[in-house]
Amino acid sequence: MLRFILGRLAVLIPTFIGVSIIAFSFIRLLPGDPVMLMSGERVMSPERHAELMNQLGLDRPMYAQYLDYLGGLLTGDFGSSIVTKRPVLDDFMQLFPATLELSLCAIILAVCLGIPAGVLAAVKRGSWIDQTVMGAALVGYSMPIFWWGLLLIIFFSGYLGWTPVSGRISLMYFFPPVTGFMLIDSLLSGQAGAFKSAVSYLILPTIVLATIPLAVIARQTRSAMLEVLGEDYVRTARSKGLAPLRVVGVHALRNAMIPVITTIGLQVGVLLAGAILTETIFSWPGIGKWMVDSVFKRDYAVVQGGLMLIAGVIMLVNLIVDLLYGFINPRIRH
Amino acid sequence: MSLLEIQNLVVEFQTASGPFRAVDGVSLKVDEGEVLAIVGESGSGKSVSMLAAMGLLPWTAKVTADKLLFNGRDLQAMSDRDRRKIIGKEISMIFQEPVASLNPCFTVGYQIEEVLRVHTDLDRKARWDRAIELFQLVGIPNPEERLGHYPHQMSGGQCQRVMIATALACNPKLLIADEPTTALDVTIQKQILDLLMKLQAEHGMGLIMITHDMGVVAETADRVIVQYKGRKIEEADVLSLFESPKSVYTKALLSALPENAVGGRLPTITEKLTDQQIFEGAVR
Repeated sequence: MLRFILGRLAVLIPTFIGVSIIAFSFIRLLPGDPVMLMSGERVMSPERHAELMNQLGLDRPMYAQYLDYLGGLLTGDFGSSIVTKRPVLDDFMQLFPATLELSLCAIILAVCLGIPAGVLAAVKRGSWIDQTVMGAALVGYSMPIFWWGLLLIIFFSGYLGWTPVSGRISLMYFFPPVTGFMLIDSLLSGQAGAFKSAVSYLILPTIVLATIPLAVIARQTRSAMLEVLGEDYVRTARSKGLAPLRVVGVHALRNAMIPVITTIGLQVGVLLAGAILTETIFSWPGIGKWMVDSVFKRDYAVVQGGLMLIAGVIMLVNLIVDLLYGFINPRIRH
Repeated sequence: MSLLEIQNLVVEFQTASGPFRAVDGVSLKVDEGEVLAIVGESGSGKSVSMLAAMGLLPWTAKVTADKLLFNGRDLQAMSDRDRRKIIGKEISMIFQEPVASLNPCFTVGYQIEEVLRVHTDLDRKARWDRAIELFQLVGIPNPEERLGHYPHQMSGGQCQRVMIATALACNPKLLIADEPTTALDVTIQKQILDLLMKLQAEHGMGLIMITHDMGVVAETADRVIVQYKGRKIEEADVLSLFESPKSVYTKALLSALPENAVGGRLPTITEKLTDQQIFEGAVR
């Protein structure tokens, strides 16, 4: 098992270097530079522009800038924002809990609904239940997130007035962040109604962000279950006189979970990408919105650092998925 | 009273091109302590008729029979729940591919213990002890250690021994063995057959041996049913069948044994007989 983990960790090193090159070079491919954007509509003399570029170290050769950046990364220094001057890591740590809270709620919703829906569709193959679930999954998968978010806001917030439009909690409540997770902090604050308010702000963004992973998980679960239900060991389980719930829920599902776990892991990347759109629509103060804003401001350090940290989170999740995979599938463990 | 009595069993599968009849009016009886072999080519409906008796066919199958009795109880009239109390406890089945028939995600110990948990009141310790006893019975060395192994850590022959141990866990009255040696190599085939026959004799179980191997029939069976394309062609005790087969199909089947080959060419049935000749020559 230790060798397996060390092997997986070794693969992360080239991935990490690859991501750092992409993060470093792609933002520089965009036209414009941070100094020009800082000056806004005022005209800046070429001398002043060159001086500022020099101060920020942006006039040095590309490889020198990259090596500096890589050196910083190895010592845990992700640089500082050109705009706010604050360290990228500090901003990330402050904003990440908001994204993590939203993503966790979304993945929990997607897993809790997607797996049972997929199992039910597979067991009732060809029935109206199967067709309804798969039809809904196809619609969910095909729906553009921004449009779906706007539709929900118009209907539930605008027309019915059930949920708030944007933010994390009502302005009526204020408490210092302890964990950064609004649901937990609102409970810790002891203020009456704060938790309920935090939940109401979380509902729509969670539904929007969960839609695509939910559809993918339901479809993957269905197809994995269909394959597994035809296996000999499922027939053996039935020949033992086990109840159908046990045959499906224990013998079939455990095997079907192997590809589904991989899918769930891959959906974490989709979730973080989706969080950028969802956070923008719902003005959710997480890293998605932070990254979009910094791309517009050509805040190189933030975009680079943010991408590296997001990639780090995805790599970590994939490592956990690999380990889980070994746990669920004994053929890998032994 | 027979242990298992089936009369006029018909199994039809719904397919895209209409219903397909896999079993067409098969009748059979097995008594306690008797070994019945059902022999036939692939697609003759031998496995399907037994899976129908066990209630293990998929929902696309339509099963009808004039009689489907186990120990005098009507299996067709029973609720699924009542039938599950018999399946795995009083009637057990072992299958062709032992490795694929065991769940790869659970230890073999768990898979044996599960049957005991469902069908008996034994506590955890007693179930574990019984599992060890069963492993010893089927000849698996170091049972305490082996119970913690996964199927992929065992050989095909050992997996089949685990399947047999699982099937025998609740001392069934009837064991159905669906080509139990087909996937195994020849030396292991012999060991598994010997084991099955020894256990059958010791426990006095009824045994239905589904096979396409006439050698297995000769070695194990008291009585034989020959099936072709879902129909019963002939039924006889094992000596009569080999000495004086009555139906043209059985004669052709016996003459198609590799040891009867003349020259370098193996004899086949289809080049000698048409379906019409086979069905007309059937002795039921």
